[in-house]
Amino acid sequence: MWHLPIIAGQVFNGFSVASILLLTALGLALSFGQMNVINMAHGEMLMSGGYLSYLACKFVHGPAAFPCALLTAFAGATILGALLEVSVIRWLYGRPLDTLLATWGISLIMQQGARSIFGAIGVEVVAPHWMDESINITHGWFAGLSLPFIRIFIILLAVAVLAGLALFIARTRWGQWLRAVHQDRDMAGALGINTKRVDLIVFALGSGVAGLAGAALALISPVTPTVGQSYIVYAFLVVIVGGLGSLLGTTLAACLVGLFSAGAQMFTSVSFSDVLLLVMVVVLIQFRPRGLVATRSRALKEA
Amino acid sequence: MKQPSNGAAHLRLKAAGAVATILSLAFCAAASTPVLAQNGSVKVGVLQSLSGTMAISEVAVKDATMLAIDQINASGGVMGRKIVPVVEDGASDPAIFAQKAQELIQQDNVVTVFGGWTSASRKAMLPVFQRFQSLLWYPVQFEGNECSPDIMYSGAQPNQQILPALQWAMEKGEKRIFLLGSDYVFPRTANYILKKYIVHDGGTVAGEEYVPLGGTDFSSVIAKIKISHPQIIFNTLNGDSNVSFFKQMAAAGMTPDKMPVMSFSIAEQEAHAMGPSLVQGSYAAWNYFQSLQNPLNKKFVAAFKAEYGGNSVLDDPMIHGYEDVYLWAAAARKAGSFDPMKVRTAAIEMGWQDSPMGKVEFANNQSLYQTAYVGQLEPDGQFKILWQSNGPIRPNPYDPLAFPGRSCPAK
Repeated sequence: MWHLPIIAGQVFNGFSVASILLLTALGLALSFGQMNVINMAHGEMLMSGGYLSYLACKFVHGPAAFPCALLTAFAGATILGALLEVSVIRWLYGRPLDTLLATWGISLIMQQGARSIFGAIGVEVVAPHWMDESINITHGWFAGLSLPFIRIFIILLAVAVLAGLALFIARTRWGQWLRAVHQDRDMAGALGINTKRVDLIVFALGSGVAGLAGAALALISPVTPTVGQSYIVYAFLVVIVGGLGSLLGTTLAACLVGLFSAGAQMFTSVSFSDVLLLVMVVVLIQFRPRGLVATRSRALKEA
Repeated sequence: MKQPSNGAAHLRLKAAGAVATILSLAFCAAASTPVLAQNGSVKVGVLQSLSGTMAISEVAVKDATMLAIDQINASGGVMGRKIVPVVEDGASDPAIFAQKAQELIQQDNVVTVFGGWTSASRKAMLPVFQRFQSLLWYPVQFEGNECSPDIMYSGAQPNQQILPALQWAMEKGEKRIFLLGSDYVFPRTANYILKKYIVHDGGTVAGEEYVPLGGTDFSSVIAKIKISHPQIIFNTLNGDSNVSFFKQMAAAGMTPDKMPVMSFSIAEQEAHAMGPSLVQGSYAAWNYFQSLQNPLNKKFVAAFKAEYGGNSVLDDPMIHGYEDVYLWAAAARKAGSFDPMKVRTAAIEMGWQDSPMGKVEFANNQSLYQTAYVGQLEPDGQFKILWQSNGPIRPNPYDPLAFPGRSCPAK
């Protein structure tokens, strides 16, 4: 039963799950790490991304449909995130519990809103035809292995987003400000950086990436009002395991969670692998309480 | 601070007047209903989820129930009395179902209640109906293993839906079966019974997998299906998980024509909502399909479309919600009374009734004799009927192989 192609297939599935987790968790890790904000409505950003790509595909047809859907999902979720930051989050800095409660309320409002607008049953985004194919390996050690293009595409999308985000943080002026605020908010402010605007950018960008995750997810699952809920818990797990605010940590943790789930699901069942995953995380936190990659940040110590 | 002007005070007075008028009107309305109930009308409860996750399925059942009530009223009512439905929202929450059931019985004084969908909602309402010796008409197929004198189970028992489907697959020579379901009571119990029969009838269980309700990732499940080479998948997934499952199966190159799937929770409504192209070619087992060819069904479909629009689709739980009202009316006429206990006795003694799903009769265990059908989903979202059981099947809440030594009514 345990042939090479099957193991390779599960490793591939693990990375495929990891890539969606990574896209979901990146925004959380950034806003959690930098602003100490636990955004319970983050899953609903993913949901909005899904619905926006559904709407985009309704109005645009042909080969441009899906790229257009990705763009709409990213832009729409970014704007939504910015609105959320300006209208609610900004007023609650330094009050983590209040933020938690407020964003949870927003999450419920957005879920019910989606239910009222789009209905309780999920809507579908039909993947472009070239994604229906898969790479089938028929010879050699990996004979029988089949890799669907849809999943390959999602993995590539996650890699691209991660690379883009890393470049943005490492190479641009905004990235520099972002790092400065992350390391020491007061000092950065004293040196003339508009920390509020940096917060806004980080939050909106994180939401936009979650929107992309929603658009990617829409290719393999229906978009439902509660779709964010089924990913937000895992995304928080990834953030906690990875270490707050670290891109590298978040990436490692997403891969760890994805591969662990895929492996555990093969040996046990889908339900039981969740139990094993949580046990693994609890044990891991005992040994590395600050996550896989602990970042040094004075901003975090204050809280 | 600014003092309120005279105008504002005037407005407020006006508002108070309006509120008083509305209140008195409401009071009059409330006070007049029981009087109406005494002269020439009878109140029944209709309790389904009109909001929340289950609304999508249950609103359709409510519509079918209301259609039956309207039709009976249009033809003179029951024993000269008009049926007055009291519609309540169970809000997809078992606790609210129990609370609303009690309100219907105690405050609205309904003689019987039509409603419920999930097993959790039924289990929550059961003690209420038992305490007040009232009667619930439950319209959905379920896992059996329950037999209350205060519920009329018109939906299929496992031996009227799941086991006939197994018999059909076995007759086709598909003996290697993969069991896949959502992780809750119905799939677990259904598969427990199925496993006993697969082994008993010389088949093989290729695998058994459960995914949490609402689960969206099937990559590992699909890998296991690939390894175990089943001839058919028996699918008890619920709701949107089905869309993820069929989408990811298609991406892995296993469309229903290459890997047959028999689903127990996909009817016309669900196929319509998912987009038939996704599940086209897969099988389903029910006691009713919209495509059934008989005069009563043609009339029912036409009447429903006239009332709720030409695009509406009909399915098994809806026909049960509809038929339950007719069966209740027939039983009340036979009993000559609306007393729940007398109606129940009359219902199981009244013999065969014609219905859009064929001939039906209540057995002495308060479940319905009904015919099982296997259909294959066509591109237009309707089912082509491939097979039907040899006449109506006697309902059996306690399967002898899975739950030996238990019977209903208890010996």
